[in-house]
Amino acid sequence: MECHEPSTGLRLGVVSIGSPVIALAGQPNMGKSTLFNMLTGLNQHVGNWPGKTVEFKEGKFQYGQKTYRIVDLPGTYSLTAASPEEVVAREFILREKPDVVVAVVSAATLERSLYLVSELICLPVPLVVGLNMMDVARQEGIQVQAEVLQAALGVPVIPLTATRAEGIHELLAAVEQVLSGEIGITPHPPEIRPDHAVVMDEVTRLIREYNPAVYPVGWTAMKLLEGDSDVTARMKALLPPEQGSALQDVIRQHDDSMLAIASGRYDWIGRMMRAAVTHPRLGQISLTDRIDRVVTHPVLGLFILAGILGLVFWLTFTLGSPLQALLSSRIVVPVSALASRLLAGAPGWVASLAVDGVIGGVGAVISFLPIMVIFFAVFGLMEDVGYMSRAAYVMDNFMHLMGLHGKSFLPIFLGFGCNVPAVMGTRVIDSRKARLLTILVAPLVPCSARMAVLAFITPAFFGSRATLVSWRLILLSLAVLVISGIVLNRILFKGERSAFIMELPLYHIPNLRTIALLVWQRSISFLKKAGTVILAMSVAIWALSTLPGGSLQTSYMARLGSLLAPAGAWIGLDWKLTVALLTSFIAKENSIATLAVLYGQAQGAGLGLTLASMYSLPTALAFLTISLLFIPCAATVGAIRQETGSWRWTLLNIGFMILVSAGAAKIMFMAASALGI
Amino acid sequence: MPDYSSLKPLADLHVGESAILKSMQAEKAVATRLTSLGFTPGVGIEMIQNFGRGPLMVSLRGTRVALGRREARGILVRGGRA
Repeated sequence: MECHEPSTGLRLGVVSIGSPVIALAGQPNMGKSTLFNMLTGLNQHVGNWPGKTVEFKEGKFQYGQKTYRIVDLPGTYSLTAASPEEVVAREFILREKPDVVVAVVSAATLERSLYLVSELICLPVPLVVGLNMMDVARQEGIQVQAEVLQAALGVPVIPLTATRAEGIHELLAAVEQVLSGEIGITPHPPEIRPDHAVVMDEVTRLIREYNPAVYPVGWTAMKLLEGDSDVTARMKALLPPEQGSALQDVIRQHDDSMLAIASGRYDWIGRMMRAAVTHPRLGQISLTDRIDRVVTHPVLGLFILAGILGLVFWLTFTLGSPLQALLSSRIVVPVSALASRLLAGAPGWVASLAVDGVIGGVGAVISFLPIMVIFFAVFGLMEDVGYMSRAAYVMDNFMHLMGLHGKSFLPIFLGFGCNVPAVMGTRVIDSRKARLLTILVAPLVPCSARMAVLAFITPAFFGSRATLVSWRLILLSLAVLVISGIVLNRILFKGERSAFIMELPLYHIPNLRTIALLVWQRSISFLKKAGTVILAMSVAIWALSTLPGGSLQTSYMARLGSLLAPAGAWIGLDWKLTVALLTSFIAKENSIATLAVLYGQAQGAGLGLTLASMYSLPTALAFLTISLLFIPCAATVGAIRQETGSWRWTLLNIGFMILVSAGAAKIMFMAASALGI
Repeated sequence: MPDYSSLKPLADLHVGESAILKSMQAEKAVATRLTSLGFTPGVGIEMIQNFGRGPLMVSLRGTRVALGRREARGILVRGGRA
């Protein structure tokens, strides 16, 4: 969930030249990312698997005399294709052949987390197991003997508490020794049960000649019997018709294979568990159970969730907004004053470009950083603690209204921070229909950038009632979201529902380093955006509003504005507000930057006062309403195109949002005018 | 007296009761997801939270899993003792 992070594209194949490559594999919630962040720090970037919408991180670190490259594979519960994540994880291991795979498992949920290991251990790549969350296991009263597990698995097992950097040195030492051949690996993979060995042999015989060399033939046979959609499609294309239909017959006769193979893996895990794990707990109630009694209660849980959301908004408005004003008055204003003085001798247009164009536009946006940081930090914290999936659980009933289930709440929740990760976050939803519907409504969530616009404009117009008005506008846009969801579900999907299956991880103490790194990465990418896209936009808007004559009244911008004025006037907006709205397509915060340029004022508070003196309250309300619901920003539209894989859906989404936002703004304008607000 | 002989849907289990998974009726994608989270025949499942409507929460193989009521109706279990 990166906010506006440009995809750098992992250069595959090049990776393996020089430094050894470590692939980090693991199920979700195993602390894999914490370990990755611990190792790489700021030396990481986001990559995309070619042709797939799956993102993964790649980084570098130094250990001993060597530089290592490390790839954080997507978190998956197994290696059977249920989503693109599993395919990417296994294709990377089989095709790119990393020098070693480090499987991160949790000592606190060892039985289930060994399931992925039972698959990884069958692949032709050296394996090292990082037994993470030793502290959580202790707290839950579970004792795991790493050396016994190591003997049973036949691969190195290193105990870790990644959040406290414990065991990292030992893990890397083991990796180094495996690479140098000091530690020999003799894995003990799960054996095929005798009753299935015959079928396996038969399938293997049928496919042997045609199986691509990168995939071990036994592995392909296993995946075929498991009914893996990706492998089945590939082999179907490669096999001659005769073998193809023979294979189909064998698989059809053994349609219970999937369960049998999975049960076989759990039998193998059971043996590991009996050897290495002791559960001395007797009727004691774990911390997670105690917290969940309150937090996941159908009534109390909703209050807690509402409280948390309230707290986020409260923090934004009481801490973020004053900080934003402070940044604006202490940095942006003095800098633009300084620039004016320095450029006093230069031609008038140079000073105007620097002060009104660059500083006015970019400065206004940069001053939003405190608000963004608050959002990123709070969401990072809730994710790290393990609260996010509880939020999904308590919202499940409510989400059924829209024909969705609890998991769809997660991306919508993320949307309050930024719509881009919200759209990308829909990947957690298994069914395509539920995913598409969630993508359609997710951009209606007021993101922090739109919230910042709200936080900037409401105080100027509503004074002490600003927070209340903002709250109502946010609730209004959420109501629009719910109604849209209900209607779209009826029209597009005829009210179908999809399955809800979700792990609830154990709560654990948040790792401040992980959260800090997350906030840092997103803030940097936000500032990058301010320095590039928004800078270019600000200069372009300045140019359009100055050229050709040097006066705003006769500028190109005024002409464009007057062209669109009838549409804007329908909802009470003048040409300046219409142009501001249009430029918000590039980035939502742009509308403030545009107004700053159009009114020739870089000052934060000054601009607010100017706006308040220029526009009536109904106009302000209509502008805020349409700003909250308008076409998502360019980055979000890009994400929608990427995730839906179709321009048709993307355009449908844009059209839908224009319709909804204009309709809502019109109603708001008429209602506010009629009520005499 | 608890009934050990007949099969019943997981959704009918009361909080605190445990049972053994016997069979699953689910489309393939859902079954794959369930299996990788530990739902296989013979596994012991304990009901953690069940309010008779809405999603429910179970514990199996040392993990807590949230299930939609419809999914929990498709999982048949035997047993149900506290």
